Amino acid sequence: MGDFSFFLEVVVGGLLSGVMYTLVALGFVLIFKASGVFNFAQGAMVLFAALTFVGFLEFGLPMWAAFLLALAAMLALAVAIERTVLRPLVGQDHMILFMATIGLSIFLEGFAQLIWGTKVRGLDLGISDEPIEIGGILISQFDLSAALMAAVLVAVLSAFFSYTKVGRALRAVADDTQAAQVAGVPLGFIWAVVWGAAGFIALVAGLVWGARLGVQFALTLVALKALPVMILGGFNSIAGAIVAGLVIGVSEKLAEIYLGPFVGGGIENWFPYALAIAVLLIRPAGLFGAARIARV
Amino acid sequence: MFHRDAGALKTSYSEEQAIFPVALDRWSVVALVAAGALVVPFVAGPYWLGSILLPCLILSLAAIGLNILTGYAGQLSLGSGAFMAVGAYAAVNLVIRLPWLPFPVSFVLAGMVAGAVGLAFGLLSLRIRGFYVAVATLAAQFFIEWICTHIPWLVLNTPSGVVSTPTLFLFGFGFSSVPSRYLVAFVTVVALAVVAKNLIRSSAGRALMAVRDHETAAELTGVDTTRAKLTAFAVSGFYCGVAGALWAFLYLGNVEIEAFSLHRSFQILFMVIIGGLGSILGSFLGAAFIVLLPVAIANAATVFGEALKPDVLANLELMIFGALIVAFLIIEPNGLARLAVKAKDRLRRWPLPY
Repeated sequence: MGDFSFFLEVVVGGLLSGVMYTLVALGFVLIFKASGVFNFAQGAMVLFAALTFVGFLEFGLPMWAAFLLALAAMLALAVAIERTVLRPLVGQDHMILFMATIGLSIFLEGFAQLIWGTKVRGLDLGISDEPIEIGGILISQFDLSAALMAAVLVAVLSAFFSYTKVGRALRAVADDTQAAQVAGVPLGFIWAVVWGAAGFIALVAGLVWGARLGVQFALTLVALKALPVMILGGFNSIAGAIVAGLVIGVSEKLAEIYLGPFVGGGIENWFPYALAIAVLLIRPAGLFGAARIARV
Repeated sequence: MFHRDAGALKTSYSEEQAIFPVALDRWSVVALVAAGALVVPFVAGPYWLGSILLPCLILSLAAIGLNILTGYAGQLSLGSGAFMAVGAYAAVNLVIRLPWLPFPVSFVLAGMVAGAVGLAFGLLSLRIRGFYVAVATLAAQFFIEWICTHIPWLVLNTPSGVVSTPTLFLFGFGFSSVPSRYLVAFVTVVALAVVAKNLIRSSAGRALMAVRDHETAAELTGVDTTRAKLTAFAVSGFYCGVAGALWAFLYLGNVEIEAFSLHRSFQILFMVIIGGLGSILGSFLGAAFIVLLPVAIANAATVFGEALKPDVLANLELMIFGALIVAFLIIEPNGLARLAVKAKDRLRRWPLPY
C-alpha cells in the first residue's frame, strides 16, 4: 500500500508539474494557431514578463498594480513586435519567421536583463508551498494553486475565442488568412492581439515558474520544456497542449523515479522529447494536431 | 570582383561545368587559397591566427555541414553542436586509444561516426516533417549531451569529464605551434569545401534542393526523397563531426561537452542564416561575421571606456545580435552571400546603369 500511495503521489506531482508545462505551451500554440509562426521567443517573453513584474514590485507597488503594469508592458511589446518584426516579414517562408523569432528571443533576453539587471530574484506570490494531505497523499499547495490558475486561464481563453468578435476574427485568420483578410479582418490588429494574449500567458507562466525557480535567466529554458508538450499535442491544438502537458509531466516524473536509477539519472532533459518523438512516429501530427495533406 | 563575365567563350563541356566558369574568378580563388596557405601563417600574429582565423575556419566547416542539411535539403536542425560533440569524442577516443592510426584517418573515421549518428536521427525525418524535425534534432542535442556526460568510457574514464587532447603527429612532425594548427584546419576546410561544392552540383545535390523546394513534387517526379534526406543528414553529420574534432584538437586543446551545447548549435544556425541559406560562400561569410561581431562590439565599447560595465555590455551584445538577425531576415533573407552577388551586379553596371 505504501508503494501504491507513493506511486499516486508521483503521478499527482507529475500532473501538477505538467500543468506548468501546459501554461508555457499554450503561448506557443496560440501564436502558431493564429499566424503559423513557431514562436521561439515565448521563453524569452516569460523571462521578460517575470522580470518586469518583479521590477515593479521592487518599486514598492502592490501586487495587482505590478501585474497590470507588467501586462501593459507585454501588450506594448506585442504591438512593437507586430510592427517591427512581423509586418515586414509578411508572406515569408515559415522557416524565416521561425528564425526571426530566435533573433527576437535573443534580443528580448538582452533587453530584459539590461533594464532589470541580471541578479536572481525571489518571487513570493503569498501562496505557501506547504504540502497538504488529500486522501492520504501529499500534494503541494502551490502546485495546486498553479493548476487552478491554469484552468482559469484556459477557460478565459476559450471563452474569448468562442464568444467575442475578436476571438471569432482570430479563428478566421487561423483557418484561412487570405479569406479572412478579404472578409475585412484587419490582420495586423489580430496578430497584435494574439501576441498580446501570448504575452498575457507568458506573464502568468512567468509568475508561476518565477515563484518556483526564482526569477532568473533559467526561465527561458522553460520554453525548451514546453516543446515536447507541443509536438506531442500537435502544434495547433489547445486541448492537445493540455493533455500532452499532463502526459509529459507524469511520464517524466515516473521515468525519473523508476527508470532514472538504472541509467544514472538526469534523464528529464531528453526523456520528454524521446516520448514525444515516439508518439510522432505513430501519429506524425501529434495527438490532436490537424494532419496536413500534401499538395503539389 | 569588379570585372565583366562577357567574352568568356567555352569550347568544351568540362569548361561549361567548371566550378568557376570565368577565368578571372578562378584565378582569384586560387590566389586567395594560395595566400591563405602560404602567406597568412607567416604574416599574421598569433592572436589573429589562433583566436580569429582558426575558429572562423573551423566554424565555417560546421556551417557548411548545417547548410547542406538546412540550406540545401530544407531540414531545419538545432543539433549541430551535438554532432560536433560526437565527432570530437570519437576523435579523441580514436587518437588516444589507437595511437598508431595517422590522425587524418582518425578524423575521417570520427566524422563518419558523427555521420552515422546524424543518419540515425535523420531516420526520424522520414516520418515527420517541418518543425517537428527541428524538435527531433533538438532531442538529439539533449540526448547526445546526456550520453557524453553519463558514459565514463567516452571520456577515457577521466574523473572531471574533460579530456586534454594530445598533440597531433604526422610523419614525426608535431602540430603544436599556432601556424601549424592553422594550416591543418585550413587544408581540411578547403578540401571539404571543394567536396561540398561538388556534391551540391551533382545529381545528389539537386535531389536535396528538390526536397527542400517541394518534397511531394520531388517524389512525384522520381527523386528518391528518402535517400536524399538521409544523405543530407549523414553528410551534414560528417562535416559537423570533423569540425568538432578540429575544434577540440586544434582550438580548445580539450574535449568537454560545454563547448558543444545548444548555444553552439544556435551559433552555427545563425552563421548559416546570416551568411546565406543554400550557399557555400555564405557559410564562410556567416562564420566570419559571427566570430568577428563580438570582437567588433568589444572594440567599439572601449570608445566609451569605463562607462559600460561588463554585464551591461554582455546584454547590449545580446540585443545587437538579436536585432541584427531580425534585420538581416527582413532586409535580405538570403544573407550575406546574396548581398555580395547584388553588390557585384551593381558594380558591374556601375557607371551606366540601365
